[in-house]
Amino acid sequence: MRICIVGCGAVGSLFAANLAQLDDVEVWAYDLAQNHVDAINADGLRLSGAGDVLGRLHATSDARQLPPCEFGIVATKAMHTSSAVEATAPAFADGCVATVQNGLGNEEAVAEHVEHVIRGTTFPAGKVLAPGRVQWDVKGDTTLGPFEPQPAPAAEIERLADACTRGGMPTHAVEDARGPQWRKVIFNAATNPVGALTGLTHGRVCERPDLRRLVSGLVEEGKAVAAAQGIELDSDPEELIDHSSRPDVAYDHKASMLQDVEARRATEIDYLNGGIVRFGGELGVPTPLNAAIWALVRGLEASWQQP
Amino acid sequence: MIRRTCVVGAGAIGSLYAAHLARVAESVVLTRRPEHAAALEADGLRVSGRHDFTARVTAAADPDALPEPDLVIVATKTTGLEPAAAAIAGHWPGATVVTVQNGLGAEEVVGRHGGWALVSGVTFMSGTKHSDTHVEYILDTATWLGPYGETPFERVEEIARLLIDSGLKAEALPDLVPAQWSKLIFNATVNSVAALTCLPHDEHFADEREPSSLGRLVHGLVDEGKAIASAAGVELHDDPWEMNVLATRRGSAHYPSMLEDVVAMRPTEVDLISGALVREADRHGVPAPLHAGIWALVKGREAAYS
Repeated sequence: MRICIVGCGAVGSLFAANLAQLDDVEVWAYDLAQNHVDAINADGLRLSGAGDVLGRLHATSDARQLPPCEFGIVATKAMHTSSAVEATAPAFADGCVATVQNGLGNEEAVAEHVEHVIRGTTFPAGKVLAPGRVQWDVKGDTTLGPFEPQPAPAAEIERLADACTRGGMPTHAVEDARGPQWRKVIFNAATNPVGALTGLTHGRVCERPDLRRLVSGLVEEGKAVAAAQGIELDSDPEELIDHSSRPDVAYDHKASMLQDVEARRATEIDYLNGGIVRFGGELGVPTPLNAAIWALVRGLEASWQQP
Repeated sequence: MIRRTCVVGAGAIGSLYAAHLARVAESVVLTRRPEHAAALEADGLRVSGRHDFTARVTAAADPDALPEPDLVIVATKTTGLEPAAAAIAGHWPGATVVTVQNGLGAEEVVGRHGGWALVSGVTFMSGTKHSDTHVEYILDTATWLGPYGETPFERVEEIARLLIDSGLKAEALPDLVPAQWSKLIFNATVNSVAALTCLPHDEHFADEREPSSLGRLVHGLVDEGKAIASAAGVELHDDPWEMNVLATRRGSAHYPSMLEDVVAMRPTEVDLISGALVREADRHGVPAPLHAGIWALVKGREAAYS
């Protein structure tokens, strides 16, 4: 089996290095960071932290070098989905492509370029330490299911889930993968931008009653948009929010969007709150708080262009 | 006849009043810091920008050291109003006192400290204080004045005339409440959004082209504020959305003080602006989810200073 990871940042690297442990899987990685690609080809891809793994794989920044692959796993930031999949699509002419990215709209972007698409949600997280070296911060499960308008065959989804699980990334193949995806999107959309706009860690956001009410208002809108599509969330985002605010879980965690804002990098706001607003608009579900947060973070991004 | 004026609090706005009034009256200034008063006495008060002159003023940090004024303008920030009113308690019973703070209720705060005749004010002028003795006059927009309590309208007109004679813009209105609410909604919207986005009050605030455009949020906040005013039985003087659009077309983007406050990690006036509006909404039983949300975000931003 040949699998190509499209976008070998932190999350992509977790999949790439773990899958490379399997004798029956040949792993390729497509990434635009040439120094990262060179380091992987020379010395392998090394994970440390929650697990110590050295993966041997083929990496390239030139999509034309990719051989035909049975599976793709897209793990770029959401704003790069379209360009990355457009470049690599010829390798997946007879394959299936899964997205394990944050936010809403990635499946649609993938489906513009490839035939068979897998809707995925993943919870493991990490960060790139140096070219070829990635810290594995959090272990967690991955869920894969069909992208309804252009589904991959169920047997293929199960084959990919089985490979990921055997490689050390526990993965479930399900008939409807929207529940876990929306639970994660609602969680991220309700907490990440609030951290980004205030500068507060997750725990400090949650201990302020006024901000916690705002977070709940954002969650409520997201739940209403999910419910209007008949999506059953696999658990309540509110519980996840309270659980992760505990000192022993993620009280001190700075949301990735806060890290983006501090580094003045474009955020994924269009795919989180923006995605909820877009789906809400199509379904006739009002989302004024998510729209407000979307506009504020876009405004903050615009302030970086000021002279 | 107003022969002597006293400005309480010589920030940017207070300094602009004190310097201009020195052209038409004897201008005295009550400061919080003694060294500020000493600097004003020694160097005078320089105005640059729209106007260019240096005024002689009498200044002190102790009201006992100042001669009795006919007119007092309390020009502190809303956060500094209570101590400023307490400082003049028991002084100058014959004076008329003008409040120009953002938010609502400044007249009640001052009225708790003395029986002065009160005049309500809102000001749209702006300046930047470059030092204790130098203020740059940036926006030469008006101060609106209206009677409060038993104060006769003629007194308000007299004060407005004095400000106009001094070179500032002013207007006397029979009822200031509609104008105060217009400004409250404008400030609750523009100042908080500027503080959260780090954008000066520029063209983004009037842009409604895309679903994520900032102008859509600004318009939503204004509409929510108008519904609160309506529930409170207030008919607005100016439409805050039109005030917003006009202000973004002036060419030079204004940095609202709340944005300057968060950049400098100072406490903001948000409790007295957004907070005042949300409290009015609660009092009249109308929802204010957007204003409550941005109020919470600005409070969160303040909490992140430490």
